[in-house]
Amino acid sequence: MTRHYSALSLLREGLKGHTGWAPLWRSPAPKDTYDVVIVGGGGHGLATAYYLAKNHGVTNVAVIEKGWLGGGNTGRNTTVIRSNYFYPESTALYDLSVRLYEGLSRDINYNVMFSQRGMMVLAHSDAEMELAARTVNAMQLGGADAELLDGKEVQKKAPVLNFRDDARYPIHGAIFQGRGGTGRHDAVAWGYARAADRLGVDIIQNCEVTGFLIEGGVCKGVETSQGLIRSGSVGVATAGHSSVLAEMGGYKLPLHSYALQAFVTEAIKPFMDTVAFSPMTGSYFSQSDKGGLVIGGGLDRVPSYGQRGNTPTQETVLAGIIDMAPALAKVKLLRHWAGIVDVSPDSSPLIGPSGTEGIYINCGWGTGGFKAIPAGGYLFAHLLANGAHHDISRPFDPGRFNTGHLIDEAAGSGIAH
Amino acid sequence: MQQFPCPFCGLRDEREFHFAGEAGKTRPDTTKEISDADWTTYLYYCTNAKGPSREIWVHTTCQEYFVMTRDTVSMEVLSTEALNEDAA
Ligand SMILES: Cc1cc2nc3c(=O)[nH]c(=O)nc-3n(C[C@H](O)[C@H](O)[C@H](O)COP(=O)(O)OP(=O)(O)OC[C@H]3O[C@@H](n4cnc5c(N)ncnc54)[C@H](O)[C@@H]3O)c2cc1C
Ligand SMILES: [Zn+2]
Repeated sequence: MTRHYSALSLLREGLKGHTGWAPLWRSPAPKDTYDVVIVGGGGHGLATAYYLAKNHGVTNVAVIEKGWLGGGNTGRNTTVIRSNYFYPESTALYDLSVRLYEGLSRDINYNVMFSQRGMMVLAHSDAEMELAARTVNAMQLGGADAELLDGKEVQKKAPVLNFRDDARYPIHGAIFQGRGGTGRHDAVAWGYARAADRLGVDIIQNCEVTGFLIEGGVCKGVETSQGLIRSGSVGVATAGHSSVLAEMGGYKLPLHSYALQAFVTEAIKPFMDTVAFSPMTGSYFSQSDKGGLVIGGGLDRVPSYGQRGNTPTQETVLAGIIDMAPALAKVKLLRHWAGIVDVSPDSSPLIGPSGTEGIYINCGWGTGGFKAIPAGGYLFAHLLANGAHHDISRPFDPGRFNTGHLIDEAAGSGIAH
Repeated sequence: MQQFPCPFCGLRDEREFHFAGEAGKTRPDTTKEISDADWTTYLYYCTNAKGPSREIWVHTTCQEYFVMTRDTVSMEVLSTEALNEDAA
């Protein structure tokens, strides 16, 4: 069986008709007891399991997923990776993630296709340019790369954007982060799953957590559709379904679940080799390697678990794209879908103890947690292994809603995703 | 496009409505000493129910607040009622 991926193993397998590749991960029956059970086989759950095994030597771990790996938001997102936030706490968190992404393909021996094509946040007025300069300064102080581009420089990078005289939102410049870009979402889930499996983690799909085993007020395991599984501690990373798990576990969360939509167009010739986002319209797009444009925008305005989008938001997002790049008006959409995202009051994630002893949470990533998968997993693993925060995750403890130390990125960087 | 029934105006385009919060929360009596925990619960914590959910909405065109019970999975509106003193 061939397990390691390299040019040599590809050549060898090619000569043998590709018959020797090992499955990416085993599909074991759940054991009775684990040291740690992770609920949710999205990127955050799988990365957590990997770093528990790799960084902390905790290998008696199971990831329990009710559907298939990455079937939640991890496989539904528009894959933008960046660390262009405002507050130092956020920059530390998201830039750790970008740094881990930079080495990830090599680390897990799986190509996650992280393409650092850069990301532009457009500014449409002189006042917005001043705020853009402020964000650039904040990012640089926080140690992330950031450049302030003027209108000419934006036009050079992306001539397809709307530089017409009658543009509703004229482009004055942009915040540019060159290390930002896009990755391949499925590869992130599958790569972490494969790497965790090889370190001994059990990945259990088609297994829904239906309750927690609570003894004397302490969580001792989970009830699942495949029976009771005991565990030393439980980490919950279920994104839009976090409140459903909270109800089962007897703790409270400050989250609302909303649908977030995405769109892919038919494949067209190379159009734009960076990511462009307009805070004015809330829309953004990039071009996939296959040539399709990957389009995203703001949240639906009606709280939902429906996992499909509504038409008013669809119109808003697409109208925004036409404003940004009028040449796209006649390009056809191929696919359109939605995921259920967990939105917190300050648009920042929650990492920490849940309030019920033995249960820890990693949630609240809302519209922007794909970029954070490596860091979320790294920090959550630290918390589960040590029972105490890493310095970078401490500010994101849910206790901040009690103390008032919110990290308000909706207000801070004005970016809702 | 979905339509929501305003108790005062009847069926209207969903874009005219705004979600204001979950029903059933009572503001702590701020003339008395209140704990951080109670205030946090009031300000931030919510049920975020999957399935039937009782919520406060505002119809922005007539500016009336009212209670809407919806199924958050099917998006079906189960009932709407005017907000009176003992409603929420
Ligand atoms: C349309 C869209 C576009 C986005 N664009 C971006 C972007 O460009 N950049 C970015 O950084 N982020 C983006 N995001 C956000 C990002 O996708 C999420 O924040 C991130 O994927 C969350 O990862 P996760 O592992 O926490 O959750 P998920 O990937 O959703 O995984 C949670 C898993 O938990 C499972 N689960 C739930 N309940 C149970 C249960 N009871 N028992 C067992 N398993 C359960 C689910 O089946 C699911 O697989 C976007 C999201 C959407 C929907
Ligand atoms: Zn009305």
